[in-house]
Amino acid sequence: MEFLFYMGDVFTPMNFGLLLLGTIGGLILGATPGLSPTMAVALLIPFTFKLEPQQGLILLGAAYTSTVAGGAVSAILLKIPGAPANIATTLDGHAMAQKGEGAKALQLSFIASAVGGVFGVLLLIFLTPILAQWALAFGPSHLFWLAILGVTVIGTLDSSSVVKGLLSGCIGLWLATIGFDDIMGAQRFIFHPSVAGGINVIPALIGLFAIPQVITMFTKGRSSDDAEIISVKRHPIRKAMAEVFSRKRALSIGTAVGSIIGLIPGVGGQIAGLVAYDQSRKFSPDKDKFGTGHSEGVIAAESANNAMVGPSLVPLLTLSIPGSPTAAVLLGGLLIHGIFPGPDLFMNYPQVAWTFIDSMLIGQILMCVFGLYIAGLAANVARIPHGVMAALVLGLAVFGSYSVQNSMGDVYVMATLGLAMYFLERFGFSAAPLVLGLILGPIAEANFIQGSMIANATVGMGSYFFTGWLNWLLIVIVIASVSYSVWMEIAQRRYTTKDDAVAKEEALS
Amino acid sequence: MKKWIAGAALALAAMTGTAFADGHGDYPERPIMLMVSYGAGGATDFQARIVTMTAGNEDALGMPMAIVNKPGAGGRVGWNWFATQAEADGYTLGAYNIPHFIAQSIEGGVDYSADSFEPIANWGADPAVFVVGADSAFNSMDDVVNFAKENPGGLTFSGAGLFVGHHIAALQLEKAAGVKMAYIPNNAGGAGAMRAVISGEVMGGVNNLSDAYRAQAAGNVKILGVFDLERNSFLPDVPTLIEQGYDIDNASVNFRGVMVPKGTPQAVIDHLAATVPAMFENGRVQSRMEAGGSPMHVMNRDEVLEMWAARQATLEELLAGL
Repeated sequence: MEFLFYMGDVFTPMNFGLLLLGTIGGLILGATPGLSPTMAVALLIPFTFKLEPQQGLILLGAAYTSTVAGGAVSAILLKIPGAPANIATTLDGHAMAQKGEGAKALQLSFIASAVGGVFGVLLLIFLTPILAQWALAFGPSHLFWLAILGVTVIGTLDSSSVVKGLLSGCIGLWLATIGFDDIMGAQRFIFHPSVAGGINVIPALIGLFAIPQVITMFTKGRSSDDAEIISVKRHPIRKAMAEVFSRKRALSIGTAVGSIIGLIPGVGGQIAGLVAYDQSRKFSPDKDKFGTGHSEGVIAAESANNAMVGPSLVPLLTLSIPGSPTAAVLLGGLLIHGIFPGPDLFMNYPQVAWTFIDSMLIGQILMCVFGLYIAGLAANVARIPHGVMAALVLGLAVFGSYSVQNSMGDVYVMATLGLAMYFLERFGFSAAPLVLGLILGPIAEANFIQGSMIANATVGMGSYFFTGWLNWLLIVIVIASVSYSVWMEIAQRRYTTKDDAVAKEEALS
Repeated sequence: MKKWIAGAALALAAMTGTAFADGHGDYPERPIMLMVSYGAGGATDFQARIVTMTAGNEDALGMPMAIVNKPGAGGRVGWNWFATQAEADGYTLGAYNIPHFIAQSIEGGVDYSADSFEPIANWGADPAVFVVGADSAFNSMDDVVNFAKENPGGLTFSGAGLFVGHHIAALQLEKAAGVKMAYIPNNAGGAGAMRAVISGEVMGGVNNLSDAYRAQAAGNVKILGVFDLERNSFLPDVPTLIEQGYDIDNASVNFRGVMVPKGTPQAVIDHLAATVPAMFENGRVQSRMEAGGSPMHVMNRDEVLEMWAARQATLEELLAGL
């Protein structure tokens, strides 16, 4: 209960002011495409030089919390996921915004984020020692099987048919091989200097999601100028609260998946949202509504990606190993004040550690309050005429891609992938499986190679990848996931003709 | 008319050219950019932000330095950009990591070599160390080497990738001890390699002294040896590899410093070389680096030039066998 003892420190005027600053600033940074939580936190580090350690961490913690949630704003309103965590949010969130329910979608996402986020931080407070063991349990073989589990999701994710889902997943896996391979030292498919560093996920995300939409808006803009303007429905917050808590299944699946997967170093944050989305669809009686603006989709995805925030810091705070890029940046923020995280952190610097954690807890609630406040206003984005909107999104897309690594190469990659995706979408392919392939490719490959190098030096491939309960648990889930998809495919025979694809495309835009 | 314009343009260019050449007394007139070829939050970025924080002071450069990250492919993206596209006007500086970029240029496939850059000054030296899990049976490098002798190719140990300091240290160890071991490069960098050691996925690992120091303080690892010429002030009790009987020099030490592209005016290089080492020695910088567990090692331009040349020779020999 030590965290309650230090709770008062969060509310001193200076600290609370920084918390507010971090939360509001974080929401704005998070809503800007291309500014991922990692970068937002890195941008704030120099400001903490002048602050006390405790104050600096409050600022960073609040910013981390709210940038993750802020990413939902551009995902829902503009269909540009700010970070990989928000991919799943676009699927239903943007469909809702196009029906004029943007305000509702944003409210749902902020409330679900707060619920997931608070749960995640509570896990961090109470279960840190157990979670630390879990974070270490995942070796190369387990991460490989986990990535394979992700691949099995690809086929059923937001595509008109399993085959097309798998095909776009394969394109993603191929794109992931481009660049320097850090383990074997090979250079692959570097046909242009822009891709020498591989395809960065964020510009790819922006291009694949935003550009097809921009092109569609431009092509439509001229023929029907006023008819397209959507009336934005107002949505009382009270009803949004009731909605979130009545969708218990999506909320609990999202929160649980987010906290468990979020903990796995290096993998969690990127796929937690997608896995939660996929799982809650599989368990939902309204499977067919997913992808058409169903509130469960938004709730599952957003509760998952905020639930991950707390547990993702466990390896950093207890073992002093940053488990995610954002945690690595936070480590810098701690080191600069001479604080070494580790098991002694809570004994040597209880005031800093607990105030930091408390500020994330309060930050989740503040984020929700401000998020709900802006939700009503922000949803009016849908009223902007298509021509203006397209220009705006295009501008943001270029800015966002450039700012990731200050490189024009990323802008070219974004534009090329976006243009290609526009044509692929006309044939019923969709962007989400492609991005998932791009994210999972390096995880599966690197861990397989590392695992096989270790296996060859020690016990041999067979026993390395196929022994231990965790390996088998993951293998069983993989088999279950594949058989479920096959069974559903046979049961429903989802064929797609070109007409269906065009019809779907029109329904979406 | 056209000739006239061309003539005027030429004259103008010549004038600005001479004005520039003579005007170095005013350098720098605007903020300076420092390119870091690793991501925000990494050790190089973190240290670069600390050592340049006093650049705006009157006794330093009098202009602030802005860090611009160009990460990718283990630093290759940033250094390629720096060698081919960065303007050699003194306002575009870059951070170097030795032995990384020299090893990469020997490996090939990049647009730079040690001749593409002009060093200014060195700020830090982070030696590689050999770590094993806290509950490991190994208590000295001899234990490790004896195990490797009994199980050729069976001793797994992690490091941050290929053609980086950790890899160089691994190669040196294999050569000096005359054993074959299984080096497992980690795709998640030094942090991933350390995690592999702590969780017992691998039997040992080569890692940065600064990170290993923290991991040891947290009770997660034992540090068996330092790949440097002398013991380190952070770890006075840990012997070097040389003390333990292995002929391994400091070729794997990760030196970090500032450089400019080839072709930068000599006057600018001289100005920077005169002021930057003093900037690194600023008391506030020193105390911040100390607090962060980052070992400092300030070297001036001549010393760095010498170190680069020495490293080039060692690495060429070491990597020839690959």
